[in-house]
Amino acid sequence: MSQFKELSLQGLWKNNPGLVQLLGLCPLLAVTGTLTNALGLGLATLLVLLGSNIVVSLVRQHVPNEIRIPIFVLIIASFVTVVQLLMNAFTFGLYQSLGIFIPLIVTNCAIIGRAEAFASKNPVLPSAIDALMMGLGFLLVLLVLGGMRELLGQGTLFDGAELLLGDWARVLRIEVFHSDNHFLLAMLPPGAFIGMGLLIALKNSIDQRLAKRQIIEKGSIARARVTGSVQ
Amino acid sequence: MSFKIASSPHHHNQRTTSSLMQWVALAALPGIAVQAVFFGYGVLVQLLLAICTAWLCEALILRLRQKAVLPRLLDHSALVTAVLLAIAIPPYAPWWLIVIGTAFAIVMVKQLYGGLGNNLFNPAMAAYVMLLISFPVQMTQWLPSVSLQPVALSPLDAFCMVFTEYSCSGFSLSQLQQGIDGSTQATPLDSLRQDLAAGMTLAESLQRPVFYSFAGAGWLWVNLAYLLGGLLLIQQKVISWRIPAAVLAGLAVPSLLFWLGSAGASPSPLFHLFSGATMLAAFFIATDPVSASTTDKGRLWYGALIGLLVYLIRSYGGYPDAFAFAVLLANMSVPLIDYYTRPRTYGHKAKRDLK
Repeated sequence: MSQFKELSLQGLWKNNPGLVQLLGLCPLLAVTGTLTNALGLGLATLLVLLGSNIVVSLVRQHVPNEIRIPIFVLIIASFVTVVQLLMNAFTFGLYQSLGIFIPLIVTNCAIIGRAEAFASKNPVLPSAIDALMMGLGFLLVLLVLGGMRELLGQGTLFDGAELLLGDWARVLRIEVFHSDNHFLLAMLPPGAFIGMGLLIALKNSIDQRLAKRQIIEKGSIARARVTGSVQ
Repeated sequence: MSFKIASSPHHHNQRTTSSLMQWVALAALPGIAVQAVFFGYGVLVQLLLAICTAWLCEALILRLRQKAVLPRLLDHSALVTAVLLAIAIPPYAPWWLIVIGTAFAIVMVKQLYGGLGNNLFNPAMAAYVMLLISFPVQMTQWLPSVSLQPVALSPLDAFCMVFTEYSCSGFSLSQLQQGIDGSTQATPLDSLRQDLAAGMTLAESLQRPVFYSFAGAGWLWVNLAYLLGGLLLIQQKVISWRIPAAVLAGLAVPSLLFWLGSAGASPSPLFHLFSGATMLAAFFIATDPVSASTTDKGRLWYGALIGLLVYLIRSYGGYPDAFAFAVLLANMSVPLIDYYTRPRTYGHKAKRDLK
């Protein structure tokens, strides 16, 4: 159980692929124009990550060390193809709006990073949990960034949710404020960079605050050396 | 009696940041007044909004950064940023435009980089570019000068326009932009661009009512007023003559060459010098002490680069005027310029003498 807790904490916060490892920034910045796009890509990445981590972990005893990277890439590419075909079949609108970024999941460093760093060295269950939590961490960052950009850019949330979730999802569309003038900066890549920077800053400041509180709780005393040098 | 002990350089003129910034703001006043007379009172409303927003944002961020608020507010740097941005945007742009722009300038471009003295980019111009790419329609809705406007706008109308997007008598901005003949009147630089692109000659284009002899109607006087303010700044040694002179030369020399080469198809250097934001940018914007080059030789290069870029973008680029882009691009090259133009230290030989 403690392993589960540790893996979740790592994936969702301490070692978040988006905010800390800064991996997979290309899709993170490119497709988070709307919440729906972010959700679609986040789910796709999560599925690929889950599949690839499980399979890599299953075959880890049989893969020669020298050629492990090409094999991992092949496994990831197969899962990406599966996800791409599924999206093509069931969420065609979203498939079109995400475009090249679905096949580009293959090159997402977060996925090969987990395969190399975790799944190739651990049994199936921890690998699956790790993939799930890392994927969720990535998905959450995508969602927050997508929500922020959509809200600033066009004043809505879940615009076009029916592309991903089917027709009933039209009711999800929330118009927070109406504006005829879209704030293009938020919707263009520079806005994604600025938003990402702000998110990282927010995370760092929360971490600092937590660290400070921990020191106070422990009651450690900071000594100030006034004379001499360290022996 | 007090003896001041200070290390070199021993400036006799001990100016504070605050008084420098005050001078810049004061020297812009004639230009602002002329702009208000020729292009309507909207600019005053924009100034008011910009200054309030700038002070508010500056105070808020300083609070968050746990710095003393009042001394930094009183250095008037936020005020100057606000003034420059308010002058640069169209006078009847909606209120949220200037609020977003000023907040971006102060929070993102200035304070997030570490406050005054640490920003890489000129805050006013970075905000201008941000607004231009985000809201291209609102940022290009310039009215022609007052004498060409079909409806006279009172100061009250200026308030109505900025806050409700309609004048008190119900005219929208695009209605006011139209001339008596119903065609939309662009700014002089823009109409000249379009006319030249459409194959008209310079002389034909200059027949339009938006032009007044060799420059735009109204724009000539605005530029002259900023030139006056700028000369005052040089006389008071608030800014060095190098950057403005280099900017103007960088713009005038290529336009002179092209004008001599093909007088029918490219406007004269005088047109370039007295149109658009030339004087404002050369004396007030490019000379920002933080983001400009700091060496004497470097300032010449920096200014010339801005002037040349403006000429290139005005003539061949996608925008009618380009000071914001030019200043930002030059800001980016400042570290390089400063590196290669380091002055010789006293007592050391110049590099070429050593070889």
